[in-house]
Amino acid sequence: MSPPPVTPVSARFTRTPLVVRKERQQAAVRLVLLAMAVLMVLPLLAIISHLIIQAWPALSWEFLVDVPRRGMTEGGIWPALVGTVYLVVISLAVSAPIGVLAAIYLNEYARDNWFTRAINLAVISLAGVPSIVHALFGLGAFVYAARFGYSILAASLTLAIMTLPVIIASTREALAAVPAAFREACWNVGATRWQTIRAIVLPNSISGILTGVILQVSRAAGETAPILFTGAVFFKAVQRGDLFPYRLTDQCMALSMHLYTVSTQVPNVREAIPWATAVVLLGAVLAVNAAAIALRVWLRNRKRW
Amino acid sequence: MASSVDPPTVDLPVAAPAVPETDAGEGIWTDKLNLWYGSFQALRNVSIHFRRGLITGLIGPSGCGKTTLLRCFNRINERYPNVRTAGEIRILGKNIYDPDVSLVELRKAVGMVFQRPNPLPLSVYENVVFGLRTHTPRRELTRRLLDEEVERALTEVGLWHLLKDRLGARATSLQLEQQQKLCIARLLPLKPEVILMDEPCSALDVEGTRAIEELMFQLRGRYTIVIVTHNMAQARRTSDECLFMLLGEVVEHAGTTDLFLNPRNPKTAEYIEGRYG
Repeated sequence: MSPPPVTPVSARFTRTPLVVRKERQQAAVRLVLLAMAVLMVLPLLAIISHLIIQAWPALSWEFLVDVPRRGMTEGGIWPALVGTVYLVVISLAVSAPIGVLAAIYLNEYARDNWFTRAINLAVISLAGVPSIVHALFGLGAFVYAARFGYSILAASLTLAIMTLPVIIASTREALAAVPAAFREACWNVGATRWQTIRAIVLPNSISGILTGVILQVSRAAGETAPILFTGAVFFKAVQRGDLFPYRLTDQCMALSMHLYTVSTQVPNVREAIPWATAVVLLGAVLAVNAAAIALRVWLRNRKRW
Repeated sequence: MASSVDPPTVDLPVAAPAVPETDAGEGIWTDKLNLWYGSFQALRNVSIHFRRGLITGLIGPSGCGKTTLLRCFNRINERYPNVRTAGEIRILGKNIYDPDVSLVELRKAVGMVFQRPNPLPLSVYENVVFGLRTHTPRRELTRRLLDEEVERALTEVGLWHLLKDRLGARATSLQLEQQQKLCIARLLPLKPEVILMDEPCSALDVEGTRAIEELMFQLRGRYTIVIVTHNMAQARRTSDECLFMLLGEVVEHAGTTDLFLNPRNPKTAEYIEGRYG
């Protein structure tokens, strides 16, 4: 065997043809991935800009606080806006405490046994149920069986059932992010689980918990099917700018439903009105999400580790 | 109390006899302690007596069960699923596996210091009084009482002069060595009987290790201290007695000097000479 050829010193560590090929491959992959990332943002920008341009003629303070007029072909969206706020607030008032407390149980107390696994499975399955099925369930359970009738109450509870599993999942994630060493430290001075949760776990996970809950606002506000089946209506006469136009047993208008109505069900609607309705819905959702982010940042800055 | 503690001069029997009444409340006794993780037996017939007020070192190669044994003494093992225990552990004369034992009360008396310092994400002050707050009704906790306890505990671990003006500082922002001392100070207001240390210096540098070891000497006599260590030199420096374990069994238990100079079991000799580890 001949000894391997000796590379001259000046040629050492230089780019071989193989290296050049790898570098090209690397650049190509990078470009493709970047393109995908940009592609993802483009539709969002396109949608938002298109919406705003189309909606511009109708957008005004008047549009927000006025009621629909002339068979919903003109006027504003006040009843729908207030209706959505009602639905979201009531549904989260129900689902947030239940979801957070259930998540605390599952994450902090439950042992890994068949019962816990069954609950976990139920949570995951519930999160995967299509909203139209939730709607049907709400119709059967709340409207008929519980005799709430078509009402804000029935619609809110249906939305609550829909948001519950996601709140449980996000809360558990937030709780699991608290280092186990903190819990061990507490248990080692003889703190009970509840004392540990109150003193250490909750203060350090509250930002994540609240973020998870607030993000469900946008989901509850955007869903149409569950409320369509259980409590949202085509039109409801409401005073302009009235903050408390509905009772719990009333049916109500809602933004998502209203958008559907003015887009497809009512003839001769002023063209900008459906677009403006969409902008208000989107704006409300984005505003809530932004608030969630701001809250998280603020709470995280106060976090003590 | 401290004066009654002298370095051990007699060899201790490997297997502790049944608990004599006169010594019932002293130190830690175990009797035929067995522990399984699922089907794996981690402790086999461990019968030992750790004498009150002394520092006992647990040594042995990784996986020999020394940490498992340590974690039995405050029953923190039970947090893990599939852990099964048989046998007795007596602390202050009481079998801690008796059904009427409250884990909360037990852990108050048997504190633990971990490998990584784990101060709570609270102020230095709140870390020290955390145990008191969890065990005392709120109205009994006057500011003065808490202040006194903080000063006493921090003085005992040698942090008072350093931190007395920074009691509101976040405990997690302290140096590691100070954090570890704080973790020890956190146990003291509860007047523990036993302090368990699971490789308390493994995250610390040389200076930190020395400081913690000095602190152990300070605490010696007032508390029964059990320390798990991988560091032979540390076991030799700090402990009064040593327990050498192998594959879940106690191989040898003797005064530290004896164990290191005249090991009776050839396996002990091989281990402390560093032939396996």
